[in-house]
Amino acid sequence: MTVINERESNPAAGDPDRPIGYGRIQRKEDPRFVRGKGNYIDDLVLPGMLHGAILRAPVAHARLVSIDTTNALSHPKVLAVITGKDLEGLKLAWAPTLSADVQAVLVTDKVRFQGQEVAFVVAEDRYAARDALELIDVEYDVLPPLVDARKALDADAPVIRDEIPGRTDNKIFDWEIGSAAETDAVFASADVVVSQEVVYPRVHPAPMETCGAVADFDPVDGKLTLYETTQAPHAHRTLFAIVAGIPEHKIRIVSPDIGGGFGNKVGIYPGYILAVVGSIVTGRPVKWVEDRSENLMSTSFARDYIMQGEIAATKDGKILALRTNVLADHGAFNATAQPTKNPAGFFSIFTGSYDLQAAYCKVTGVYTNKAPGGVAYACSFRVTEAVYLVERMVDVLARKLEMDPAELRLKNFIKPEQFPYANKTGWVYDSGNYEAAMRLSMELAGYEDLRREQQEKRAKGELMGIGVAFFTEVVGAGPRKHFNIVGLGMADGAELRVHPTGKAVVRLSVQSQGQGHETTFAQIVAEELGIPPENIDVVHGDTDQTPFGLGTYGSRSTPVSGGAVALVARKVREKAKLIAAAMLETRPEDLEWEKGRWFVKGDPTAGKTIEDIAMAAHGTLTLPEGVDGNLDAEVTYDPPNLTFPFGAYICVVDVDPGTGHVKVRRFIAVDDCGTRINPMIIEGQVHGGLTDGVGMALMEIIEFDADGNNLGGSFMDYLIPTAMEVPDWETGFTVTPSPHHPIGAKGIGESATVGSPPAIVNAVVDALAPFGVVHMDMPCTPARVWAAMQGRARPPV
Amino acid sequence: MQIPAPFDYVRATTVDNALELLTRHGPDSRIIAGGHSLLPMMKLRLARPEWLIDINDLYELDYILRDGGELRVGALTRHTTLLEADEIAELFPIVRDAEQVIADPVVRNRGTIGGSLCQADPAEDLSTVCHVLGAVAVVRGPAGERTLTMPEFHRGPYQTAVGQDELLCEVRFPIRPRTGSAYEKVERRAGDWAVGAAGAAVTLAEDGSIADAAVGLTALGLDQTVAGVAGLLRGKHPSEELFADAGRLAAEASDPVADQRGPVDYKRHLADELTRRVLRRACARAAQTAAQTQEG
Repeated sequence: MTVINERESNPAAGDPDRPIGYGRIQRKEDPRFVRGKGNYIDDLVLPGMLHGAILRAPVAHARLVSIDTTNALSHPKVLAVITGKDLEGLKLAWAPTLSADVQAVLVTDKVRFQGQEVAFVVAEDRYAARDALELIDVEYDVLPPLVDARKALDADAPVIRDEIPGRTDNKIFDWEIGSAAETDAVFASADVVVSQEVVYPRVHPAPMETCGAVADFDPVDGKLTLYETTQAPHAHRTLFAIVAGIPEHKIRIVSPDIGGGFGNKVGIYPGYILAVVGSIVTGRPVKWVEDRSENLMSTSFARDYIMQGEIAATKDGKILALRTNVLADHGAFNATAQPTKNPAGFFSIFTGSYDLQAAYCKVTGVYTNKAPGGVAYACSFRVTEAVYLVERMVDVLARKLEMDPAELRLKNFIKPEQFPYANKTGWVYDSGNYEAAMRLSMELAGYEDLRREQQEKRAKGELMGIGVAFFTEVVGAGPRKHFNIVGLGMADGAELRVHPTGKAVVRLSVQSQGQGHETTFAQIVAEELGIPPENIDVVHGDTDQTPFGLGTYGSRSTPVSGGAVALVARKVREKAKLIAAAMLETRPEDLEWEKGRWFVKGDPTAGKTIEDIAMAAHGTLTLPEGVDGNLDAEVTYDPPNLTFPFGAYICVVDVDPGTGHVKVRRFIAVDDCGTRINPMIIEGQVHGGLTDGVGMALMEIIEFDADGNNLGGSFMDYLIPTAMEVPDWETGFTVTPSPHHPIGAKGIGESATVGSPPAIVNAVVDALAPFGVVHMDMPCTPARVWAAMQGRARPPV
Repeated sequence: MQIPAPFDYVRATTVDNALELLTRHGPDSRIIAGGHSLLPMMKLRLARPEWLIDINDLYELDYILRDGGELRVGALTRHTTLLEADEIAELFPIVRDAEQVIADPVVRNRGTIGGSLCQADPAEDLSTVCHVLGAVAVVRGPAGERTLTMPEFHRGPYQTAVGQDELLCEVRFPIRPRTGSAYEKVERRAGDWAVGAAGAAVTLAEDGSIADAAVGLTALGLDQTVAGVAGLLRGKHPSEELFADAGRLAAEASDPVADQRGPVDYKRHLADELTRRVLRRACARAAQTAAQTQEG
C-alpha cells in the first residue's frame, strides 16, 4: 500500500467541493429554513398556553392619572390585567438596564415615550388580548415633551427622569477620551483645519422577526422556562435571576431560531418580564409577541449621534489630529447595551485607519422623550458612528485640500509594519495591511476610469459620484480584564464531545440570528479534527444544554467563541494523540498529525483516524494513566485582545439632477476579516450589511414630530431597502490573520454595515460637488438631496 | 401580528348579490377586492367595518375589452393584468408607465383598478392616469347604472361619488388617434407612496401641433387635471419652452403638503419637473403613433 492510497482513503484529504474544514459549503441550517421548518418563538405552542398583549402610551410625556381595568377584566376571555401598581407590589415595576440605569417595566408615575408599556392583558387567545386593550381606561395628564436633543440641556427643558431623587436636568453623562491639550496643540500649529457637523440619525434594526417570548413557570418545582428572542441566553438567565429573584438554577432560557437580531435582541424588554409575570400569576404558559409597530416604536433603536468633527492636517495632506464633540440622544432610559466603562462604547475608535499625532473626543449623553436603547443594529458598540464621522471628515478635508479622497487615505494609512498599532485613544490594533485592501478595491472598481467617466458626465451636466470609505472595525469583546456586561466577563465557553463512532457535538454559548453558526462552528471543528462538518452537530440557544458565555453581538461569535471552539478541538486532538499512542503502542511524541489522523513519524501507514481513536476511547483499550474513557473536552476562552477587521469600499452613484433621486450603480467591497472560514457565509454577511448601509444612507430614519409622536412606526413609514435599490454587490478580499486569535479569524458580521454608509454618502456628496456641496446628512432621500443642491442642506434632527 | 377589530365576512357571488349585501349590511359594510389598502387600515384599527363583502369571485368584473372607440376595463382587473396587457401599453402607454411603479409585484397581483380608484388615496397613481385619459367610471347601484366622468367620480382625497350601496363596475377609456401619454413618479423607495408624480396625455393634429393635452398630478395636492394646460398648448408645436411653461402652470396649480417625503418647495419643484418630463415623453409617443398611422 502506498502513501498516496492511504491518503485517498482518508476522507479529510477529500473533495474540494466538500471541504472538511474551511471552505465554501452550503449552510447546514438552510434545509430547515427553505422548507419552512424553522422553529421561531411564534411557532411555539404549549399546552394551556395563554396570550399577552401590551397597552402602550399614545403620547410621549404625560403623568399617569388613573387606570381602570374593570371592563377589560370583565371580558369573558381575559384572565388577568397587570398594571404598574401590581408590579410595584412585586418590586418589578422597574428593571435595571444594561447601562446602570433603570427602565420602567410598566408605567407607574409618568409616560416617558410614545409606545411605552402601560398595562399587560393575559387572555385565552391573541385576539381577545388585543380587543381587551381597548377596554382599559387610562387618564393621562399630558406634559410638554422633550424631542430635540439639542434642547435637552436648556434650563427650561422638561425634566424627564424626575423620579430620580435630586435630578434637575436631562444629562446622563459627560465622557471624554484622548488628550485635549495635546490635540489642541496639534490643531493650533496645523496648516489646515476643517470642521463639520455630522449627524447619524436614529435608525432601527427592524429584524424580520419581531421580539417575543413564551414564559412557562412551573408552580410545583418553581422552575421558569423562558423561550425568548434573545441573542444572549446566558446573560439573560443571570439577569432574570437578579431582577426577578428566581434562583438561577431554576431558570432555563431557550432561544430558538431567531429571525434576525442586529442588536435588537440583546436587551431585556418589558414584554419578556411581563410574560413571566403573566405565567406566574395565571399558572399557565404565556406567549407575548410584539407586532411590527411595537417593535419599531419601543425596542432598541440605534445611533442618534450629533457629532461636531474637526480635522487638522498639513497642506500637503498629512492628517495630524481629530477632535469631536458629540451629543448623544439615549431616549427616556439609558438602556445602551455595551461592555465597557465608557458610556460611548467603542466610539473612541473614531481615529479610524490613520496614523495620527493626537485625538480627543467628548460625548454628552442626554435623556429625551423617545424610546430607550442606543446600541443596536450591527454597530459594534458605536464603531458605526465613529467610522462614519472619520470617513466623512477625511472627505471634507480632501475637498478642502483639492485632493483625491483615495489618495488622501493612502497617504495617511497606518503602515503594515506599524502593527500592533496603539492609537491615541487606547486601542491596540492587532494587524492590518490597509494599503493592499485599498489598492485592490480601486483596481476592482477601475477607479481611474470611473474618475474619467465622471469628468465626462459633469461636462454634460450629469451627476455621477464616486465615494470611497475605509474602515477599521473593533470586534470580539473581549478580554475579561477590560470588558463586562453588568459585571459578567466576556469569555466564552465551548464543549466538544466526540461520540464512539467519530461523530461529534459541539456546544456553544453564542446564539445565531441567521449568521450560520451551525455551519461555521462545525467547520472550525472539522478543520481542527478532520471530522466532516455534516458529522458535527452544533448545539446552542439553550442554557440547560450549553456552557456559559455572553452571546452573539458586536461581531464577537467568531473572535471569541470561534477561538473557544478551535481550542476545545485542539484539546480533543491532544487527548486523541495520547490514545492513538496507546493504540499504536508508541510514544505520543513519535506521532504526527495530519487532518483526521495521528500517524507514526516516518511511517505514514501506521496511523489511527479520529474515528478509530473515538471508538477506542470509549471501548476496552487500556488507556494511558490520567486519560478518561471519552473523547470530550471543554474550555473557556478569554481573548487576549479584540480583533480589528478592516475594509475598503467604493460606491458609484448617479443622481437625477431634476429630482435628486440617488441610484447606487455599483458597490465594490473589499473586506479583510483575517482567516476566512466559509467564504459563502462571509459574502452573505457582507451582502446583508451593504444592503443595511443603503437603507441607512438613503432612506432609514426614525423621526418624531414636535409632540413626540414617532413617525417611523410601521414599514409604510420606516423604509428598509428592497432589491430594487441595491446593485449587484462586487466583493473582494485580502487576508491578514489576527496574530493573537487561535485561528487568525477576526469577525465579519458588522463590517459592511459599518463601512457602507460613509461610502454611499461620500458618493452622493461627490456627485453634488458641482453645486458646492461639501456635506449632507443621511438619509439621502430625493427631497434632501435636492435641498442640498439648492444650498439648503439641513440636518435631519 | 397586527389584529383588526372583530368583523364579519361574506363572499358575493354576482354583482347583483354584492349590491344586495351592501344594502343588507348597510353603512358598516365595506367591499373588499385586493385589500391592500383596507386590510392594513383594519389591522391598525383605523378602519373598523363590521362586514367585509368580498368580491374576488366576481370574474364578470375582470376583463379588458376593446369596444369600438373605447377600451372597457372591468373594475376587478388586477394591476398585473393592466401592466402586462400589450394592447393597453400600445393604446395608453401611461398605464404601463404607472403600473410599473405601483407598489410591488405582490400588491399588483392582488390590487385592482376599481379598488385603487375607490380608495382615492392622494398618492394613488391610477386616478391621475384616468383623469388625463378622460376615462369614464361605470357605477351600479339599486337604482341601476350610471356613468361618471373622472371629475364627477373623484371628489377629493379618499372621496368618490360612489354611494355606500353602489359598486364601481367598469372604467372606460376613450381611444384617440395620434395620442401619446406618459407617467413618471419620484419615490423614496420602490413601493413607497409617491413623493410626487405626474401624468400627461397629448393628442397631435395632422400638422404636428398639439390638438389637445391634459396633465395630472399625484400626491401633489391637486385632485383634478391642471387647468389651462390644454389652452396653453393647443395649436402650438411641442418644444422645451412650451413644456417649461406647462411645468410652471402645474407647479402653480399644485398645493402639496410637507411630510416625511419632502417639503412643499421640493414637491412644487417636482410638479414642474415631472410635468415637463411627461409632456416631453407623451409628445414623442404621440408623434410616433401619428407616424405609424400615416404609414399604415
